[in-house]
Amino acid sequence: MRETVEISLQVNERAQSLRIEPRETLADVLRDRLGLTGTKVSCDAQVCGACTVLVDGRTVSACTFLAVDADGGAVRTVEGLARDGVLTPLQQAFIDEAAFQCGFCTPGMLMAATALLEENPHPTEDEVKEGLDGNLCRCTGYAPIVAAVLRAAEAGR
Amino acid sequence: MKRVIERGPAPEPIGISVPRRDGIEKVTGAASFTTDLTLPGLAHARLLRSPYAHARIRSIDAEAARRHPGVIAVVTAADLPGVQLEYGHAVADHPLIATGKVRFAGEVVVGVVAEDAATADEALRLIEVDYDPLPYATTVEEALAPGAPVLHEKAGRQGAHRGFEEDITRDHPNVCSTFRQAWGEIEDAFTGAHLVLEGTWHYPMCYAFAMEPYTSVAEWKDGELTVWSSAQHPYMVRDDLAHVFHLPLSAVRVIVPYVGGGYGSKSYTKIEPLTAALALKAGRPVRLALNVDDAILTTRGDGATVQLRSAFDRDGRLLGRQATVRLDSGAYAENSPLVGRKAANRLGGPYRIPALEVTCQVVYTNTAPASSFRGFGAPQVVFAAESQMDEAAEALGLDPLEIRRRNLVERGERPWPKVRGLDAKLADDLALAAAELDWSTPPAPGVGRAVCVSASDAGSEPVTTATLRVHPDGSVTVLCGSTEIGQGSATALAQIAAGEMGVPLEKVRLVQSDTAAVTYDRSTGASRTTTLMGLAIRNAARDVKAQLLEWARESWAGEDAPEPVLEHAGIRVGDRLAGWGEVVRAWFAGDYGEAIGRGYLRKAGETAEMPPFWEVGCVGVEVRVDESTGEIHVEKLVTIGDVGCAVNPQLAEAQDVGAAIMGLGMAMREELIYEDGNLVNGNLYDYRVPRFTDLPELRTVLVERGDGVGVYGAKGGGEGALNPVASAIANAVRRATGARLREAPFTPERVWEALRERDAANGR
Repeated sequence: MRETVEISLQVNERAQSLRIEPRETLADVLRDRLGLTGTKVSCDAQVCGACTVLVDGRTVSACTFLAVDADGGAVRTVEGLARDGVLTPLQQAFIDEAAFQCGFCTPGMLMAATALLEENPHPTEDEVKEGLDGNLCRCTGYAPIVAAVLRAAEAGR
Repeated sequence: MKRVIERGPAPEPIGISVPRRDGIEKVTGAASFTTDLTLPGLAHARLLRSPYAHARIRSIDAEAARRHPGVIAVVTAADLPGVQLEYGHAVADHPLIATGKVRFAGEVVVGVVAEDAATADEALRLIEVDYDPLPYATTVEEALAPGAPVLHEKAGRQGAHRGFEEDITRDHPNVCSTFRQAWGEIEDAFTGAHLVLEGTWHYPMCYAFAMEPYTSVAEWKDGELTVWSSAQHPYMVRDDLAHVFHLPLSAVRVIVPYVGGGYGSKSYTKIEPLTAALALKAGRPVRLALNVDDAILTTRGDGATVQLRSAFDRDGRLLGRQATVRLDSGAYAENSPLVGRKAANRLGGPYRIPALEVTCQVVYTNTAPASSFRGFGAPQVVFAAESQMDEAAEALGLDPLEIRRRNLVERGERPWPKVRGLDAKLADDLALAAAELDWSTPPAPGVGRAVCVSASDAGSEPVTTATLRVHPDGSVTVLCGSTEIGQGSATALAQIAAGEMGVPLEKVRLVQSDTAAVTYDRSTGASRTTTLMGLAIRNAARDVKAQLLEWARESWAGEDAPEPVLEHAGIRVGDRLAGWGEVVRAWFAGDYGEAIGRGYLRKAGETAEMPPFWEVGCVGVEVRVDESTGEIHVEKLVTIGDVGCAVNPQLAEAQDVGAAIMGLGMAMREELIYEDGNLVNGNLYDYRVPRFTDLPELRTVLVERGDGVGVYGAKGGGEGALNPVASAIANAVRRATGARLREAPFTPERVWEALRERDAANGR
């Protein structure tokens, strides 16, 4: 039997208590144990940002962030953005600007941009680019994502 | 985005930027990719890969792994009797798992299936493989040197042979195939020339980095196989699986959920046969999910060396072009023979060249196999060809725009014998790009500008079907084998169906990419989907309307009954317009039933001539070079998206921008590097793709002249804007600094060296 530990955390404002192996990443726990497959894993090495989620309001790469380190914390994922089927202005702006194509980077991109706008509600274009530079997108060429974040800032997130 | 519209009207919603139909799913995390799939009893696979570039496998000891708790199956080639191990699109030379020998560092040697991936990883560490290392060749030069190690002792069986007109010939044991393209009197062209230019260009091997790495899930039930995969071409994967496992095509079902990026790298068959073999041995459904480091070892783009010689008259008109192209295609043929053929073809356009002779060799090396990648031979050769056009302009004292204008083929003119005439006004596109760069205003000192063009014979084979079902309430379901890989096919194809049937978009549902549920489509690639599947859907709409007209006649016949007349959105019966649903209900005499429209497309009629369409590329750049560091700053990037008819302008623009930025990455930074037989930058730390802060000022002009073969004159986009980017940057750097770049990517080190060469040439 492998060693396990008990963790308790809030995920999208819902309390969760789980028995997990200490080696499990936050991405493993979200995807495999909680069925929150919106969070995507790509590089698996904290380079691409696809797995970005918020832990206590700060962006982390869930692919390399151990779930035990989220014990007692509040996690937000892409599934927690829309409320009662109403998209956030940022999500709506992503649709309006066609700020995604394949959509694989989108959950991480949305979480990184959500954190950016919470910290800096009215970023300049350069601040958006700097703020999201840790998130890769291979489809869009980035321009529509910048436009979407600026549009969401305009709309009050 | 600017638009130039010189085409006839199209019925709405064709031509309108409706929101993407996958939008809400993709921004809420609900969109399901293969990697998100789970099944009851699903087991997990991991792979042991060769650390050697070239070695014989003496023995594999997997006993400890087999005994490891939680392990379900350990699979080597020896465990798969009765399975046709070698498969391949052009040449069936690729074993799904190593058979006696490995040909590149990273080749799969053993597969382990366990209850979970961590257990499979533990078991991998218990496997002992005894290798007998062999001499290796990781470059084309090494592979073609006298006495070079031979990768494939016997010539590969001709593979699936879909779309190959020529035989795969081997004129050297390490040459997988050679393609020759020639016309005109090449000797005469060079003898009579005023100017002859010659040079060699190098284009790197690149990695597509689709953000979803290759993933597949296989399940066997009663001898029938179902595979879910991140594949662009479900029907081709089906065909290969049927061949590998000796199954009828109908016994193989390939389902493709949303795909996390393709760019050609998910064309053809990848890990599906291996996953199915593992599931067969495990007796359980198996998931094989690669990570990015593994994906890099699965497929890459072909590196290229292009030796190019061109002859011009005193007015800058091309007289002849002669080239030798060598592709570094890695250990297995995959689709590289076709890349080679296209590389040769794509040196032919978009100029009028009276004589041409191109030889393209596809060379085996002990590196990860190369296959399709966006642009498909074009970025490699256009870099050389368009660089040389600027060199000719400089030598003759001509404006680079002017020398291109003098040589471009006109719309309707065949770039070479027996092909479709060019379906674009490239000179006009070039003028648009130049205008966006204020071409007539001289740039500031230290700033350089360039415009470059390309024309690719695109669209692949026009072999496509679609099924269009009309329900009794008038809503429509379209079944099609084209895959949504992010390009927006789910949206654009639904727009075409709605426009053709005259029904609101929200009444159209599109079902894609399930070989047991939708009808055949050859592939999703070569920028063909909107154009060719669009035509198949149009044909299905015409077919169902003809049936519905017949049904209206049958249902409402009578002595004084008016003759039913087909209209765009229904059937006129006297002064009344009956909707499609009403006709269905009348014919079935109740509120049930449906009408089924069939849409076929083949190499006949409007799509008889090849290529089905030309994909043109036209880009402009403005650059500044920091001479102290060799850093190039691309400040402006202009793309002209000449797509005939933009079914969804916003998505058409998105394809152009995405392609151009991918081209920027390949021109500036992307390069897979081998040292001592191993890939040394096979991860995203060291393989540098474009990021937000690399973004130049972008301008796109969408051009719609209705000159494509598709609906309302549509033709493909999505690769064109990538192809000329490297040449445009190199030419702009030359004009900014006087330095000539002949090897991509243009790292600061290479730029700095080119600047020193310039200084040496100038006697400084």
